[in-house]
Amino acid sequence: MSKPEFSLAELMIVAASEAWRNNGEWLASGLGIIPRLGASLAKVSHSPELLMTDSEAFLVEEPVPVGPRGDYQPKYAGYMPFERIFDCVWHGRRHAMVGPTQIDRWAQTNLSVVGDYHKPKVAMLGVRGLPGNSINHRNSFFVPNHNSRVFVAGEVDMVSGVGFKPERWGPGMRRDLMSIGVAVTDLCVMDWNGPDNAPRVVSLHPGVDFELVQERTGFPLLKVDNLGETPHPTAEQLAAIARLDPHNLRSKQLKGNPAGIRTAEELRA
Amino acid sequence: MNKLMTAADVVGQLRDGMTIGFGGWGPRRKPMAIVREILRSDVKDLTVVAYGGPEVGMLCAAGKVKKLIFGFATMDAIPLEPYFRKARQAGELNVMELDEGLFQWGLKAAAMRLPFLPARAGLATDVLTHNPELRTIASPYADGEVLLAMPALNLDVAFVHVNRADRLGNTLITGNDVYFDQHFARAAERCYVSAEEVEDKLELDAETARFNTFERSLVSGVVHAPLGAHPTACGPAYGWDMQHLKAYSDSAAQDDGWQQYAETHVNCSDAEYLERNGGAERISQLPMPIF
Repeated sequence: MSKPEFSLAELMIVAASEAWRNNGEWLASGLGIIPRLGASLAKVSHSPELLMTDSEAFLVEEPVPVGPRGDYQPKYAGYMPFERIFDCVWHGRRHAMVGPTQIDRWAQTNLSVVGDYHKPKVAMLGVRGLPGNSINHRNSFFVPNHNSRVFVAGEVDMVSGVGFKPERWGPGMRRDLMSIGVAVTDLCVMDWNGPDNAPRVVSLHPGVDFELVQERTGFPLLKVDNLGETPHPTAEQLAAIARLDPHNLRSKQLKGNPAGIRTAEELRA
Repeated sequence: MNKLMTAADVVGQLRDGMTIGFGGWGPRRKPMAIVREILRSDVKDLTVVAYGGPEVGMLCAAGKVKKLIFGFATMDAIPLEPYFRKARQAGELNVMELDEGLFQWGLKAAAMRLPFLPARAGLATDVLTHNPELRTIASPYADGEVLLAMPALNLDVAFVHVNRADRLGNTLITGNDVYFDQHFARAAERCYVSAEEVEDKLELDAETARFNTFERSLVSGVVHAPLGAHPTACGPAYGWDMQHLKAYSDSAAQDDGWQQYAETHVNCSDAEYLERNGGAERISQLPMPIF
């Protein structure tokens, strides 16, 4: 049987779905099309126990396909308006995958401003839920364009989500409730499970070498022993993704919708 | 008892320097008819408290905002609020930037007449650095945990847009999410609601009565404002007006963009406003967004 062809977006959806494996009955929140499809794929394949919403106000046991729904009617199983999301966040049984503007070596994140806080070069959304999410439950990151403007040298410009930098934590503050999952980027999968929570490359996407990832990251990276390739989507996974994304919105998420297998030349272009 | 007022009556109660909360969430169920009336008034130096949508940008653009207390300002499908961004990047805006949940805690503390509520959100982040007025507190119990003491966000006035109301101040919010409007209502000295429909007296069955999220004793005035959330969404009745929000957003790229926007959409009567936005029929049929 021939191996299925797949796009980089599909590879990243599968990699994202792995973030939610063995979480238990946590609320899986994927913010953005690729993270949401990752969470949905996790729920329809290896982790049906996950909680999920329709991305508005209701819990569903069957992930709602993204985009225009046509005849599809969501099947509600419960209620989860914003206020209850906050309750759920502070209670800790949630794992969100978010796309911060900046991430640093301590896994601290920024969604507020780039540049000086009082007269920023770029004002983004504001800290949103990052402070509360990051100190209360597990967070993973989605980075569609891995570069050193995202993975910054030094600290992020405005620490919106907490991380592992000891100087940021005062005496008596509880650091044990926070948890960092993975970062799924267009080059690799990373975690912060090195010595003293040092960032590491866990797997490389097809065609990517460690040096390229390091070159495009503002801080030093470790690599796991036997660093291997990010698993390719299976035919079953690709079929499930197609059902969850009937309008192929995934093809519009990454610039140029690259193929899953890229040559070194394409990657360095 | 008749709390019915006009938007002009309500805005006439505002004074320079007041702290004003706006219900809703981003581009959803914002009291925009009231906001437009504020934009037409000469009230200024406001402290605006909101889960921000276009009302924040518009009030910034019109120079009404002295300080913004917020967790975000966004129009969802257009992630960056253009005039908020402009004001922020010009270094003009005094801000208290809070986590969304911390913001709720501030409203709840005010609603319960407490000085603060403890929380973890905000610790170990620059929310503490940039808000030096925020203090931490140690748990008085054996755990001794250090927590952030989120101060009460006491509001002079809150504005909330609802689906149905009566002249007594009873209200119903029938969209899929009530957001945090009940806390805004309770955190405020006075709360004014605008409503899609106003009846003499609500007479409801039990199922419908559950759409009531705060009691009328919190309501100082009721304004009849059909389609009054436009261009934001007011579920289940109508969705946000992306065409309008996009034109609003694009206007920020021009030097006199705000003046032009205001000339068309603010300095006009309610009837003219509806007409300039395709008429009541078009607005009432705007589809609900798909998430």
